[in-house]
Amino acid sequence: MDKKKLGYWLFFIALFLGPLYLTEFRLALMGKFLCFAIVALGICLIWGYTGILSLGHGVYFGLGAYCTAMYLKLESAGGELPDFMEWSGVSALPAFWQPFSNPVFALGASLVIPALLAAMLGFLTFKNRIKGVYFSLISQAVVVVFVTLFVAKQDWTGGTNGLTNFTTFLGISLSSPLVQIALYMLTVITLGISFALASRLTNSRAGRVLSAIRDGENRVRFLGFNPTSYKVFVYSLSAALAGLAGTLFVLQVGLISPAMMGIIPSIEMVLWVAVGGRHSLIGAILGAVIVNSAKSFFSETYPDIWSIFLGLLFIIVVMFLPNGLVGMVQSWKDKRKKSKQKGGTANATDSVVS
Amino acid sequence: MPPILSCRDVRVSFNGFQALQGVDLDVSPQEVRFLIGPNGAGKTTLLDVICGKTKASSGDVLYREVENIRKLQEHEIVRRGITRKFQAPSIFSNLTVWENLELSIKQDRSIWAVMRTKMTGEEKEKIDAMLDRIGLKEQRHQMAGMLAHGQKQWLEIGMQLMQEPEILLLDEPIAGMSGTERHKTGELIHEISAACSVLIVEHDMEFVRNFSKQVTVMHEGKVLCEGTMSDIQQNEQVAEVYLGRRESAC
Repeated sequence: MDKKKLGYWLFFIALFLGPLYLTEFRLALMGKFLCFAIVALGICLIWGYTGILSLGHGVYFGLGAYCTAMYLKLESAGGELPDFMEWSGVSALPAFWQPFSNPVFALGASLVIPALLAAMLGFLTFKNRIKGVYFSLISQAVVVVFVTLFVAKQDWTGGTNGLTNFTTFLGISLSSPLVQIALYMLTVITLGISFALASRLTNSRAGRVLSAIRDGENRVRFLGFNPTSYKVFVYSLSAALAGLAGTLFVLQVGLISPAMMGIIPSIEMVLWVAVGGRHSLIGAILGAVIVNSAKSFFSETYPDIWSIFLGLLFIIVVMFLPNGLVGMVQSWKDKRKKSKQKGGTANATDSVVS
Repeated sequence: MPPILSCRDVRVSFNGFQALQGVDLDVSPQEVRFLIGPNGAGKTTLLDVICGKTKASSGDVLYREVENIRKLQEHEIVRRGITRKFQAPSIFSNLTVWENLELSIKQDRSIWAVMRTKMTGEEKEKIDAMLDRIGLKEQRHQMAGMLAHGQKQWLEIGMQLMQEPEILLLDEPIAGMSGTERHKTGELIHEISAACSVLIVEHDMEFVRNFSKQVTVMHEGKVLCEGTMSDIQQNEQVAEVYLGRRESAC
């Protein structure tokens, strides 16, 4: 157990020290991947632990990113109308944009709006006992609704181009390398804290209720738990994590558009977790980093056929590693342990109780 | 003694099929009541109605004569102390035996309470005692899915008992058990009834004969008769129902 903890600490410290050994370009990429890792943590909680497959997390990521982007846009417009609104012939700032000139409001909204939307959607579906494929389809439909809306309301959202051309955040220039390093470190810290909180949740009794819901929701009802409230909670928690990731993403990448919250990115998010191992929080993080690194490696090395390699990677994982890379390592370890010690399991199991 | 649970004219219909056609039943505190009857008599449906899995189309299910629980949700009914064991073992196979029992402890089950809770020494003792009682001490850190069928049944009974129920609903608890396991289960049920009422659906007549005091016979969605096993064996109507001598039997 302690060895594991030490491993996690080393992992996060190694990430934190990234600016020492990564080039500026690689650091920027890694910062982006770690934002995705925060999304993956949330998906791991709802999918791996609670058994809810959401194919719509792009929306929560996007909403979080847009909330922060609206503030950034207003700040760089410096009291004037944002550029895209002028082009679309809007004469005054729409009322719902106005509170976003306040950074605290915008950052708060980037967490609260995804969480509230998820809570509302989750409450309506989970209360009516809609689950499995039906829930996945509904979550996917929500993506279509939002993407269509964001593209169509060009004068409010920037349309297909999304929001971009930010210059400063709280008066600090976003283009300076030092700021980029600081944002990277902030992302690592946020990821670390999210990981710690998520593993605390999954190791608690509430976490075991979540696994029980995954195993048999109806049985959980007959133990006196109301699965609806647990599911709504985890679902909005994971949406809030996605929103948080969106904020960090937009600060580092400087762009958010409907294409980044659409169906394909939403499904990709699930794939990161599948590749890493959906029953493991650290697996979800590794999955997000590995898949995205592979994506950029293949696209740099084989620009013509890189998507085929990526497709192969997914097929291999889905067919041969149902529990992802972490699951593979785990079963390999279990096998070794079994062949090493036969019968003497007393020590190994005692720690489970405490 | 006033009944702890009373069903009054309970009716259930599935798309026009009348599964229960006005059932009246009283269960007293600390009573062991067996429900028997041919297939399709509505025994399991009656348990489903009591535990909230199936909603009755009319009638009342009264808890302690005052509260109508007919429209409550499953978890709300459980929180009042009415627990249900289904026919198929329904344990959480990806949790350990210990964890299965941990979730079954009678506790505040709201999410905020459960998130803040920590295992207390008292809870640990309770779980250990239950492991002894159901004979799964050795397997306590095994995944519940790995247990043998009979052990799963026992674990599930243990999970019901951890909830400290007022009324325990059992659906064919001995199905698939061996002779000695059956006997042990029967004795366990009697032990349990010192603290709560037990309502059991059972097909195995020998088991009913050995362990029953009061038996209710159901047929075609109604209660046919009530009494001790020997009363019932002499009842001509019951014989007709079971042997199918009546022409209209379907």
